[in-house]
Amino acid sequence: MRLTDEEKAMQGGNLGQALKWAIEHQVRVGRYLGAHDFVPVSQAHIMADTESLGVAGVEWLERMAGLPPAQRRVRIPTITDPRGTDFAAAQRLKHEPWMLDLERRATAAFEALGILMTNTCINYQTIMPPVRGEHVAYGDTGVVIYSNSVCGAHSNFEGGPSALSAGLTGRTPRYGYHLDERRRATLVINVAWMPRGLNDWGALGGIVGRFAGDYWQVPVLVGIERVPGSDEMKHFGAALASYGSVALFHMAGITPEAQQLNDVVIPGHTMRTYQVGEADVRAFQLSYTNEVEKVDLVVFSAPQLSLVEMQRVADMLDGRRATIPVLVVTSPQVKPDADRMGLTARIEAAGGTVLSGMCFYQSYAREMAEANGWKRLATNSAKLTNIIGGYGYVPALLSMEACIEAACAGGRIAK
Amino acid sequence: MNGKIFLATAGMGVKRQGHALVAKDGFSARYDLDRVRGIFSRPEHKLAGESYIGRVLVLDAAKGGVATAWMLHEMKARGVVPAALVLNAINPIMVQGAALADFTMISGFDCDITQAIPNGALVEVDPTLERPLIRII
Repeated sequence: MRLTDEEKAMQGGNLGQALKWAIEHQVRVGRYLGAHDFVPVSQAHIMADTESLGVAGVEWLERMAGLPPAQRRVRIPTITDPRGTDFAAAQRLKHEPWMLDLERRATAAFEALGILMTNTCINYQTIMPPVRGEHVAYGDTGVVIYSNSVCGAHSNFEGGPSALSAGLTGRTPRYGYHLDERRRATLVINVAWMPRGLNDWGALGGIVGRFAGDYWQVPVLVGIERVPGSDEMKHFGAALASYGSVALFHMAGITPEAQQLNDVVIPGHTMRTYQVGEADVRAFQLSYTNEVEKVDLVVFSAPQLSLVEMQRVADMLDGRRATIPVLVVTSPQVKPDADRMGLTARIEAAGGTVLSGMCFYQSYAREMAEANGWKRLATNSAKLTNIIGGYGYVPALLSMEACIEAACAGGRIAK
Repeated sequence: MNGKIFLATAGMGVKRQGHALVAKDGFSARYDLDRVRGIFSRPEHKLAGESYIGRVLVLDAAKGGVATAWMLHEMKARGVVPAALVLNAINPIMVQGAALADFTMISGFDCDITQAIPNGALVEVDPTLERPLIRII
């Protein structure tokens, strides 16, 4: 890789050990992925829940935080993805003291590095959405795919160590979706049916993700008849990124880089083409629901809920009583608004639990299952459905309405 | 078959040997593994129930979320870790995770590597060469 004088100084250790580690990490990654140089980035977003970090990762962060203050602080706005607990609800979730201790240690280390503890995976709805053409270094696949596709920003999937490196150096290796030529479509999806609920958008994302298959594929959807809202794009993108490891999609006539299909298609280039209709979406959903008669809990999470989703949950629960746990997970930015507007109180009056700053699968899901006796779970998130099986759960993918119905019927799913 | 070599386009880490655990399926530490017990835990995964400890994983594509970037480091610290990872298609997260953990990984072949390496074969992965490779011993 070509390095500037400043980057060489970082590599040489002249600017401290944190920058030396960061730039060397980035050079290793950049070389592997064919980057020729670095691109400046304006924001970084770090995924680093302690279930992923483990003790080894927290100790690693603490060593970084122990460096001299002038050497260890990030140089661009750097924010965090959801944490491994909500301290206010940890007892109800049966999170163990050692988990909380790790979380406190990780948080203290991040703060010593100058990182803003936003604890959110919906920063594009709540903090500072990137603008078209802005180069950023975001973690959380749902954040990256939304920012790239809906906002027109330029980011690769940046895991915790790489996002932290970008925060420290203010740059990232220029490969993948920082390059215009990588942003063209590689497969076409003809959509013959408009999804209705958020679980439909998620299922469509899951189907397209399975077609795409790997990180370097860019689907373009044709036939989307109306402009999807932010929450619909959020669920579609999160599922597409989860099932396919996809970081960028286009919707012809809708997303900013594909005002026309030809804007993202190389002339004369033959691409894989697929058709998706309502039957495919229903079959996808049924594949996760057929064998589940009754669930132990309902989870609204992954991604965290917007204020509008919080209102919908509150509306559906009004005057009703949940007889199994209903976990409603949002961001620390949305939660105060939900409190102030009475949404939290309405959800909790009906037996739900509003959680903030965490995400269900990032918060010791396996240990919570064992401690609480949870096995079968209903959700409207296709992303959560894809992930949570690995933690020992059996998920059912339902609409938000059907999740609430199940919650108020002792967990029994209406079929 | 013994001695057969397959060249990769990129590699990282040190030379490692082990018995191959092969499947035409993806890989994500978060989605697919019980990292405490060291087994594939996602029921739909073709290696569900199999131990990955000390094995050379030969799989199709890197999948899923960004957590693997930390998890390889955490798995290695506890010694509940594969010997190496061999993939047809990588994503940046696998590369970032391998870089943090000094983990051995190679990727990119001119054939489907999951069809070329027999499950259970003793293999050597050498990412240190100009053209990284996997060799059936």
